Amino acid sequence: MLKQIEGSQAVAQAVALSRPEVISAYPITPQTHIVEDLGLMVKSGKLSPCEFLLVESEFGALSACIGSSAAGARSYTATSSQGMLFMMEAVYNASGMGLPIVMTVGNRAIGAPINIWNDWSDSMSARDAGWIQLFVETNQEAVDVHIQAFKLAEELSMPVMVCMDGFILTHSYSQVDIPSQETVDSYLPSFQPRQVLDPSAPVSMGAMVGPEAFTEVRYLAHHKQRLALKLITEQAAEFEKLLGRDSGGLLKEYDSAGKETVIVTMGSVIGTMKEVLAEMREEGHSIGALTVRSFRPFPIEALQEALKDARRVIVFEKSLAVGIGGILANDLRMATRDLDLAVHSVIGGLGGRPITRANLRRMFEKGLNDKLNRIHFHDMRMDVVNRELDREKEQRLSGSAAENILSDVGLVAAAKTI
Amino acid sequence: MFQIRIHGRGGQGVVSAAEMLSIAAFEQGKHSQAVPSFGSERMGAPVVAYVRIDDKSIELREPVLDPNLLIVQDPTLFNAIDVFNGLRDDGWVLINTSKNLEDLNIDQATNRLPAGHVITVSATELAMKHLGRPTPNTVLLGALAAISDEIDIDAVCSAIGKKFPGQVGEANIVAAQAAYQQAAGA
Repeated sequence: MLKQIEGSQAVAQAVALSRPEVISAYPITPQTHIVEDLGLMVKSGKLSPCEFLLVESEFGALSACIGSSAAGARSYTATSSQGMLFMMEAVYNASGMGLPIVMTVGNRAIGAPINIWNDWSDSMSARDAGWIQLFVETNQEAVDVHIQAFKLAEELSMPVMVCMDGFILTHSYSQVDIPSQETVDSYLPSFQPRQVLDPSAPVSMGAMVGPEAFTEVRYLAHHKQRLALKLITEQAAEFEKLLGRDSGGLLKEYDSAGKETVIVTMGSVIGTMKEVLAEMREEGHSIGALTVRSFRPFPIEALQEALKDARRVIVFEKSLAVGIGGILANDLRMATRDLDLAVHSVIGGLGGRPITRANLRRMFEKGLNDKLNRIHFHDMRMDVVNRELDREKEQRLSGSAAENILSDVGLVAAAKTI
Repeated sequence: MFQIRIHGRGGQGVVSAAEMLSIAAFEQGKHSQAVPSFGSERMGAPVVAYVRIDDKSIELREPVLDPNLLIVQDPTLFNAIDVFNGLRDDGWVLINTSKNLEDLNIDQATNRLPAGHVITVSATELAMKHLGRPTPNTVLLGALAAISDEIDIDAVCSAIGKKFPGQVGEANIVAAQAAYQQAAGA
């Protein structure tokens, strides 16, 4: 059914349709509306049978889900930013134990400095933990991929996080089609655990594993993620057959086949990029884009195939590995090392810095003219950075860099710009 | 694509206004995107919300930089931020004020607009009368339906009812209708 609702509401409805039996979550901007909506549904009986476990923190939330999932209940949680860090021990526990928990991440920057706006730092902080990480581009895709996520998680016995840009998607109203309960039931069967705590057949879960077996356990998780590449594609295809929509999968090509320059990115920014690239193609440029939808497992073979005719790739990401550079860019470089490809890493949108058609166009043109450095910081004001560096040269007690920069830019900017 | 930017302060219902506007557009069979833009989330801080309306799906994610129409819920913002930034030369401005246009001192920004494109509505006063609260958002949406071809008053009223069911919604619908009549008659 077509509805005009907020992204968070759409996700809450999709999760509810997936018949979770336990939800345990702690609110944090910008995920709050999702868990509030689910809480209301449980309270009213609209979502039943489901228990909403109130906890004191994100660490409590995911730990509760670990318990409920281990006991055979389909379990769900959601977080963002600092919340991901607070639950990090449990994040590794969930994947290490092979529990099929589904978690929404409303992508938000990690502080310090405190920032409530969108970037991918939270998901990136968990990228090595063994969770499947799927990035969605629209609120419609968020609905569809959450449903797919439960099926994927349970088939693999592996937790899945669905990553959606905070505010941009979570807080935007748009038209979405919410599938019927019958449709979702026909796609997503009830949870059949591979392992379960059952007093009538007692087992231990989560015991210590020493040097004699740890490697094999870790390798199995890695091996399963590589197998998941096929399953992700199959399930997305099954979903498309059922609902007629291309949601999920490993990656999506936006007129990139055969193009000389391909922009590679993830998430909602492709919506803004599409227009710019269509314009540039009309002007005769050989340029297209593709989005990575499954970030973990990283779609190495699919990328190699998609980029085989490209000469130049510009990776645009809302993440930065301080001290080395782009995260998506470096994963892509590794995946495509046998291709003859110039890879440029562009870091943009950090802490919610707006990405506009105009500033994208300027950056793409730099790329086409080979004027982009190997690492480029999008829409960054180097004069502001230099002023801080000068302050630090002048005196030892130069003060907090963040406060100085904010004073230089933030207060004035907030008053003047939209 | 028709783009609207709504300016106000925290607590004035700017975000709800944008959401209701997008619901109204949806009810008219159009695609619509409503996005809030927060600074610090506190009462009184400037808030902006964007609304886009089109016949096809909207996936643009940038702020509304060149609006067709501005709704200004709080005229004290004229001295605080550049409200008119990017407003198109044929654009519209709907201002919540009981003052005369001349007394707002915004001529420099509005002179370039066609005659009759800057409209004032005493939305706070109308809201106090019909709702007992100084929340001007639904009143302004009623006035918007009168001045813009993009939005119907029926769709606005339906959207208000969807967002605020029960008595609150009903009172807001009456207020919106009153503003619509006033603006349509003017």
